[in-house]
Amino acid sequence: MAKLIETSTTPLRSVDVDVVTLDLVENGLRNARYEMDEVLFRTALSPGIREQHDEFPLIANREGKMVVGQFGLSVPDFLDNFDGTIEEGDVLLTSDPYSCGGSISHANDWLVVMPIYFEGRIIGWSAMFGHMTDVGGKTPASMPTDAKTIFEEGVVIPPFRLYKKGELDQDALKIILNQVRKPDWNRADLNGLVAACRTAGRRVQEMCARFGVDTFDSALDALLDRNYQAMKVLLAMVFKDGETISFTDYIDDDGRGNGPYELKLSLTRTGEKVLLDFTGSSPQAEGPINYYINENLVRMFFGIYMITVADPQILWNDGFYPLVDVEIPKDSFWQPKFPAALNARNHGIGRIFDLFGGLLGQTNPNLLNAAGFSSSPHFMYSGNYTTGPRKGEWFQLYSVCFGGIPGRPIGDGPDGHSLWPSFVNIPCEYLESYYPLRIDRLETITDTGGAGLHRGGNGVEVEYFFQEPGTIAIHDDRWLTYPWGVNGGEPGARGRKWIQRVDGTKEILPSKFIDVPVFPGDVLHYITWGGGGWGDALLRDPELLALEIRRGLISTEGALRYGVVCSEDGVVDESATKALREKLGAGRVYPLPTFNMGPPLATILENAFAETGLHAPKWPVPLL
Amino acid sequence: MTYRIGVDVGGTFTDILLMNEETGETFRAKTASTPQDQSIGVLRGMERACKQAGISLDQIGEVLHGTTVATNAILEGKGAKVGLLTTTGFRQVLQIARSFVPGGLAGWIIWPKPEPLASLEDTFEIRERIGSDGEVVIELDEADARVQLRKLAKRGVEALSISLINSFTNSSHENRLAEIAAEELPGMPISVSSTVLPELREYERTITTVANAYVQPQVAKYVANLETQLKGSGVQGKLFILRSDGGLVSAQTAAENPVSLLLSGPAGGVAGAVWVAEQTGYRDFLTIDIGGTSTDVALVQDLTPRVGRETTVGDLKVRATSIDVRTIGAGGGSIAHVPALTKALRVGPQSAGAVPGPAAYGAGGVEPTVTDANVVLGYLPTELAGGEISLDRAAARTAVQRIVDATSLNTVEAAAAGIIDIVNENMLGALRLVSVQQGFDPREFALVAFGGAGPLHANALGILTGAWPVIIPPSPGVLCAYGDATTNLRNESVRTLVRRFSDMTDDRLKEMLLELATSARVPLTTGGIAAADQEITYSADLRYHGQGFEIPVTIDLDAFDGKGGGLDVLSSAFDAEHQRLFSFLLDTEHEVVTIRATVSGPRPEVIAPVLPEGSSDPAEALINTSDIWADGGFVKANIYDRVKLKARNVIHGPAIVTEMDSTTLVLPGHTATVHRSGSILIQPLGATETLEG
Repeated sequence: MAKLIETSTTPLRSVDVDVVTLDLVENGLRNARYEMDEVLFRTALSPGIREQHDEFPLIANREGKMVVGQFGLSVPDFLDNFDGTIEEGDVLLTSDPYSCGGSISHANDWLVVMPIYFEGRIIGWSAMFGHMTDVGGKTPASMPTDAKTIFEEGVVIPPFRLYKKGELDQDALKIILNQVRKPDWNRADLNGLVAACRTAGRRVQEMCARFGVDTFDSALDALLDRNYQAMKVLLAMVFKDGETISFTDYIDDDGRGNGPYELKLSLTRTGEKVLLDFTGSSPQAEGPINYYINENLVRMFFGIYMITVADPQILWNDGFYPLVDVEIPKDSFWQPKFPAALNARNHGIGRIFDLFGGLLGQTNPNLLNAAGFSSSPHFMYSGNYTTGPRKGEWFQLYSVCFGGIPGRPIGDGPDGHSLWPSFVNIPCEYLESYYPLRIDRLETITDTGGAGLHRGGNGVEVEYFFQEPGTIAIHDDRWLTYPWGVNGGEPGARGRKWIQRVDGTKEILPSKFIDVPVFPGDVLHYITWGGGGWGDALLRDPELLALEIRRGLISTEGALRYGVVCSEDGVVDESATKALREKLGAGRVYPLPTFNMGPPLATILENAFAETGLHAPKWPVPLL
Repeated sequence: MTYRIGVDVGGTFTDILLMNEETGETFRAKTASTPQDQSIGVLRGMERACKQAGISLDQIGEVLHGTTVATNAILEGKGAKVGLLTTTGFRQVLQIARSFVPGGLAGWIIWPKPEPLASLEDTFEIRERIGSDGEVVIELDEADARVQLRKLAKRGVEALSISLINSFTNSSHENRLAEIAAEELPGMPISVSSTVLPELREYERTITTVANAYVQPQVAKYVANLETQLKGSGVQGKLFILRSDGGLVSAQTAAENPVSLLLSGPAGGVAGAVWVAEQTGYRDFLTIDIGGTSTDVALVQDLTPRVGRETTVGDLKVRATSIDVRTIGAGGGSIAHVPALTKALRVGPQSAGAVPGPAAYGAGGVEPTVTDANVVLGYLPTELAGGEISLDRAAARTAVQRIVDATSLNTVEAAAAGIIDIVNENMLGALRLVSVQQGFDPREFALVAFGGAGPLHANALGILTGAWPVIIPPSPGVLCAYGDATTNLRNESVRTLVRRFSDMTDDRLKEMLLELATSARVPLTTGGIAAADQEITYSADLRYHGQGFEIPVTIDLDAFDGKGGGLDVLSSAFDAEHQRLFSFLLDTEHEVVTIRATVSGPRPEVIAPVLPEGSSDPAEALINTSDIWADGGFVKANIYDRVKLKARNVIHGPAIVTEMDSTTLVLPGHTATVHRSGSILIQPLGATETLEG
């Protein structure tokens, strides 16, 4: 438990805050939070943060409750686990998920936490974590897909004071940076994280000076309460008292040949509270896909879904947390026992959005989206230049790939986009200028989005032409189970990848691997999955399909799934279409099933090798 | 010839400012804009202004024009049908759009994705490939290119854009393709990415090129049409167009690169602010232009507006140099509302627009707007000077009552004051974007406020930012036309290098800069400006090697001594900016991404107008008194007629100054001093700084 040192002990007074001041404070906090992003994006060196914006800021009140931010983390958990004093000018750093209650969930994420002082008293906290492209360990990018323990995943930094009273602990930083492959990147990104947190600190101090510290603090309480009240109304509106709803989705494998992992989430409302229960999920994985989840993160994910749809203008925060209880079984996928490997938890983070979507959508059609591009698949390539002016120099690429957004109540899912806020792909010209590779193709793949009244977005194909020998690594998923469709929509296509070797052989790659050697002239084909479809495909406007055929987003064959017969140049055969739609619709039972997960799991497993060229994984069992 | 004329065409009004270059005397005309053919309104306004001045059209020297033709084409989605040629494998560059989804977590659920500016069915792939080092990987397949172009010809496109991978390092394929396209599609306007934006990043270059093609036919037609009409009416002088970066270019140049005109309108306002601020002796200031639906802000340092490399119009973001103007959706028409779930008081981003407009306009609006709040509080007199519009105070109160009913605010006045506080706060947020967030302390700047509603909110924004004095220009509603008439010709040449400092020498960089200068001079020289009158500035976009964003830094060519002095100075300048912006430095090598040479013509020698001198007592301009809301109660405020104010008059707040197109609010505890140049300077009471003049 951290000991907080404050020179002023006068208690803050709780004062009334008028609605206008409240909005002014809310606005100021929102601006400060976006300023944090801006500072980091513009200064970061590692591709993960710089080009893809894999980072998450927050500002919390003096008790550590998030008042603005996204993704959040639990400052209270962090402080509970920190054994030491904290005083003005201190900046704390950690990358150890096990030492902060899962506030971060793998060792690549470096979390900076900073107390914000005003007149000798802690008045709030700023915190930000960012994904470091490399934190050392046995493989470039530090995410070994075959790891069984966190000890294989590079440097793990326990919570400590990186700055003590404003003074940087050079020695500690030196020890940490000595263990990573690109210390320049980590140093720059860490500088950016600290600068962003300090920026937030200054903004909060300015607000305290402007509005008065009592008013500021009371305003934060009022903002938290605003969320609490809003959520209370929403919960009662959306969920029936006493009824339990459940949803299950999967992670296909753990990188070590086990899978698929069952992720189950249930919700029950009792009175004004709801319980989110992960009981029934698979046991902890042998490989590194475990997602050590923090209870408050679960609350936050839940809140995002509820509030985004209800009032997108709201600055959502931790205020509603008392309304949500969370049950996470021990030694499970969601709460593995130390020292379980954690590096590949990004699939879990992604899939939780599909889980919540599927769960909450059962009660509210406004919330029901199909399954989307619920991961942030990684691609890594590294080695030493063997020719040219940079001969001998180390190169290391880390990038995130994108896919199909699912069919949504408001319309089609965009093709080849990101489910993550502010993520962007790395420009091909940038990649080619900085790495020994060429991108021969970057496009979305015809027919990979699930058919529906609102179709799923297409997945993406990237062709990487390698120019230097090196090794590649990939973290991906949904090669086995399908991105499901809803309300009659069909599943999207699964992801796949292979290398076309320079000698002409084709090598199918699994969805998770490290250290596969590549040579000049080899071409990697990386195909991500499509989004699931929404609603009855037979109701989609044939003329829209004709247009999409002209656009190359759907093929004439793909249009048949919609019961539409159309020529290559996009002319609809109306009578053939009518006949086909009648034929496909015959014998259907309406309403169509809410979820279409593709064939039964047993069939998927049985056909795995024939369909994908990859062997079905072994069903997970509890570890001894 | 001694007359020049500034022309600003806005959505509703066309503003004309005729200036006698020798006396500084100005003549204003405001006419309704004619959206079908803007040149009609322009000519009508010019005739009116000339009539006032008692001159004929053939006495006009130069016509200097800020235009929103390009902007409106984007905002209204009424640009040309654009064809796009890409390298094989990159057909969907606009469809993928860097995979970006705006909004927060789960934002994708509610995001309607806009259609690409060039449709996929009008996009064709060309077999060719240039490497990142400029080498040809695959030769351009000319025969196949013709096949693709013939397919494209059947699509009925009105403009063509070409954007091939890595063309910024080697434009030969794009240039050859453009030649072939000109043969296959005779008469078709063609935008080539290595000409429009020779910079790295294929999506940004492509969208900018496509945007250029998208607006080009309309801009070209408009400019040609206007030139013809001007000639036909006897105007002898040349037509110049104001670009987004605040420089004027010949009509011809503007029509060739119209993507650089997207912020022509706002740039005119900032240029006008530069002109008036200079007259009052202030060189560092923020500008705020508050209109009916939006507010534009910018920062000017030493009379030079900060420029950015990005231009944003609606959903569209392109890479084009422009004055760093930030726009927020808040203005007089912004609607106040209270969401049921949160009971928060929100203002905007919805706007009542021109129709129905604020409730006080009596045109059917019932929702409370910022203008209604201003009417309730007495800041906008119900009889506006000029008498064109009278405001319905009762309707405004009824509208604002909705807020009283939905919140804990007890009175209509309290609700109206809340609306004003919140909208001011939103504007403060915009001003912070260009100041605090760029490392500038607004207290070291003045604040120039214009646009129809700017002078109403200006004093309050001065209090919030600490930027004093607050300067209200003469004719705040036609400041853009002022800017058009008082700025200079400018052209720039750009080149992307992406090269580490260790891979470069002073001499080589200097050589490249001089080459850029030579090409940037051409349009000015052909425009008749002597080489000696052309001023050249150099700048570079730098970053630490490996960073994703660049910082623009001015280059001092004199420091290039052939021994690395130039690069050293550049490094230090970058470090200073990095420190200022982000508060730390890195021990990482510097890298130059883009270099540019900017050539400017001389500022026109326009004499500033001078007001007749009066005493400190403004009594001669007093119209009457009225009640206005301040600090929780109504107080008596004097109302003055701006036209009758004289230099040195000092108005004590609370007071209101009215004029044809704007109303200035002076709050209690503040004074407004009339400057001889016509501007009003608002200061806190007892501010020690004595105002010049």
